[in-house]
Amino acid sequence: MSARTELVIGVLLPDVLGTYSDAGNAVVLAQRARWRGIDTTILPVPADTTPPAGCDLYLLGGGEDIAQLFAIEWLNRHHGLRHAMSSTAVTLAVCAGLQILGHTLTDRRGQRHAGLGLLDLSTEPRRRRAVGEVITHCELPGVGLLTGFENHQGATTLGAAVRPLGRVRSGVGNGVPTKDAVEGALTDRIVATYLHGPVLARNPALADHLLARATGDRLLDGEPSEVPDLPELRRAYLTTVSRRPGIRAFARAVRRS
Amino acid sequence: MGSTSGVRPVAGRRHPPGPRRVAGWWARIAVRAGLVAGALSRSLGTGSGSIIGGRVTLALHPAALSGLAVGRRVVLVSGTNGKTTTSHLLAAALASTGPVAHNASGANMADGAVAALAADPAAELAVIEVDELHLATVAAAVAPAVVVLLNLSRDQLDRGSEVRSVAAALGAALAAHPDTVVVANADDPMVVWTAAHATRTVWVSTGGRWRGEATTCPRCGCTLHYGAGPGVRRWACRCGLTRPDPQWVAVGEGGLTGDVLIPVELRLPGQFNQGNAIMALAAASVLGIDPRRAAAAMADVEDVAGRYAVVAHGDRELRLLLAKNPAGWAEILGLLEDARPLLVIINAREADGRDTSWLWDVPFDELADRPVVAAGDRAADLGVRLTYAGIEHTTVPDPLAALELLPPGKIDVVANYTAFHQMRGRLGAQDRREAGT
Repeated sequence: MSARTELVIGVLLPDVLGTYSDAGNAVVLAQRARWRGIDTTILPVPADTTPPAGCDLYLLGGGEDIAQLFAIEWLNRHHGLRHAMSSTAVTLAVCAGLQILGHTLTDRRGQRHAGLGLLDLSTEPRRRRAVGEVITHCELPGVGLLTGFENHQGATTLGAAVRPLGRVRSGVGNGVPTKDAVEGALTDRIVATYLHGPVLARNPALADHLLARATGDRLLDGEPSEVPDLPELRRAYLTTVSRRPGIRAFARAVRRS
Repeated sequence: MGSTSGVRPVAGRRHPPGPRRVAGWWARIAVRAGLVAGALSRSLGTGSGSIIGGRVTLALHPAALSGLAVGRRVVLVSGTNGKTTTSHLLAAALASTGPVAHNASGANMADGAVAALAADPAAELAVIEVDELHLATVAAAVAPAVVVLLNLSRDQLDRGSEVRSVAAALGAALAAHPDTVVVANADDPMVVWTAAHATRTVWVSTGGRWRGEATTCPRCGCTLHYGAGPGVRRWACRCGLTRPDPQWVAVGEGGLTGDVLIPVELRLPGQFNQGNAIMALAAASVLGIDPRRAAAAMADVEDVAGRYAVVAHGDRELRLLLAKNPAGWAEILGLLEDARPLLVIINAREADGRDTSWLWDVPFDELADRPVVAAGDRAADLGVRLTYAGIEHTTVPDPLAALELLPPGKIDVVANYTAFHQMRGRLGAQDRREAGT
């Protein structure tokens, strides 16, 4: 198959936000695009470079607390990139990436920092670190159940201008006690989540959603052949009882599905 | 040799040389009960017995560890990768002067330390490998003469949360022991930031390949600047944290201290083990042991708790390798023979870390052009990763069944922590059965 389009995936600050292997999401996106005959380039954008504003997709990964402040300062400095993320490109932001795109984040010492303000959300520290498997039901039509591994200490409150990415079936998610626990945040151009795994490796439908958005919904006619071990991977994680919420949450998840 | 390292040889401080019996009848009973439990576990074939034995002792007498350490010079070996190998090399070096207590099985929490010290009451020297998350506790109990700090990178994030938090806790532990000499890796910024809290330090340049966690400054979060060319190991941050000048440098053929080259010829493969050996050499030197004698003793080490062992299994010859995180894989990938069939076994049990995300930081695309089988509890996670890396493979969760899919002859087996131990056990059990014993 000949290459139809050039798709450029910018991996932002892999040297600063590389802690949780979220750069694997770029590999998943690129391969799934290539399997459809789309010529794709992964462009690492480390801290000492000027980020290009012309990427189709941007990825922001997870990182430790001190790295977040560095990333905010860096992103704020590059107006072209910021503008691209808000108006032309599609962005996947994971964990620290989710937090820094919000209005504010408060660190563990209680100090409040301004975020990028691209997402209508704010994050405060939670008492216990949320660590473990998560299962959510994705709000995007056709995506279904999401599986991932969370490892964060944030409690993220969503504002009216964003939707949650998923409804929590087991695990913590955004970590704000509400009647109906939610995970992540969603706008037209940004998918933000706490899920690692990397999230797109475990959830190919979410990867394809991002590709469809980035390519203008017109290139996804060719389904890539099934990744051989993915059905078994998803079966294993989607039927695993998460220790944290206990049997009851699992039973609830089963009843709903 | 202490003069070249700039640190006086360390002698036992609180008591005259020679270990003392654990004080108190209850403590003696606790130690005795642990030894019996360990022996029972071994005879039942359930393990090496060091974990259960140590746990029994600690349950009966929580302060047993400090009692067992009294009067000995204890070296703690910690870090993310290379603990077991380095502690074996160091134990071999120290054993050239007398008996050494050592948790050789790799049981590296307080229970393993207790079992090792209890098993060798007469040894004046002890080499204890300690998990980096337990170093503070064990150090508080044993008041170590030397702490060897190899490297700090991402491993089991679900357990340790952030590398930086682990480093900060270690720093506090080192600050609490001003008499302890810290032998630390000058090439690892996270280690340098941690060891900066220590009063007495011997810096070693090991020349490690992994830089995944080391591109930003652990102190201020800015990006680090690395040297180029011959100064490639040098690094600095604008906040002032910089690579200290090392007293020992691992070069290809040995360790350079000042102008003196101590040749080190290991049977263990890999440049990273050469780096581990120089860390051990520096530690032995702090304890007053002639480095040439230490190097000669280390040359005899060929099998480290089963790692690098070559075992026959039917008409296959397996080389057993352990890699449990991206940094470990970066080193192991360099050891794999081109085109040799490969079995990779991945678990995600508690001791491995539950999160398998780290597989995506391993450059598996380097495995092209050889038969590959993915196995282990998380064979599917590995299989998905291999597919996206463009590596053809077969996925069979059971490692022994997976072996059958590979051609006869030489096979490299790479497994992570619990997968490695499980595989060793199963290979041993099956081969014993086949031999009719």
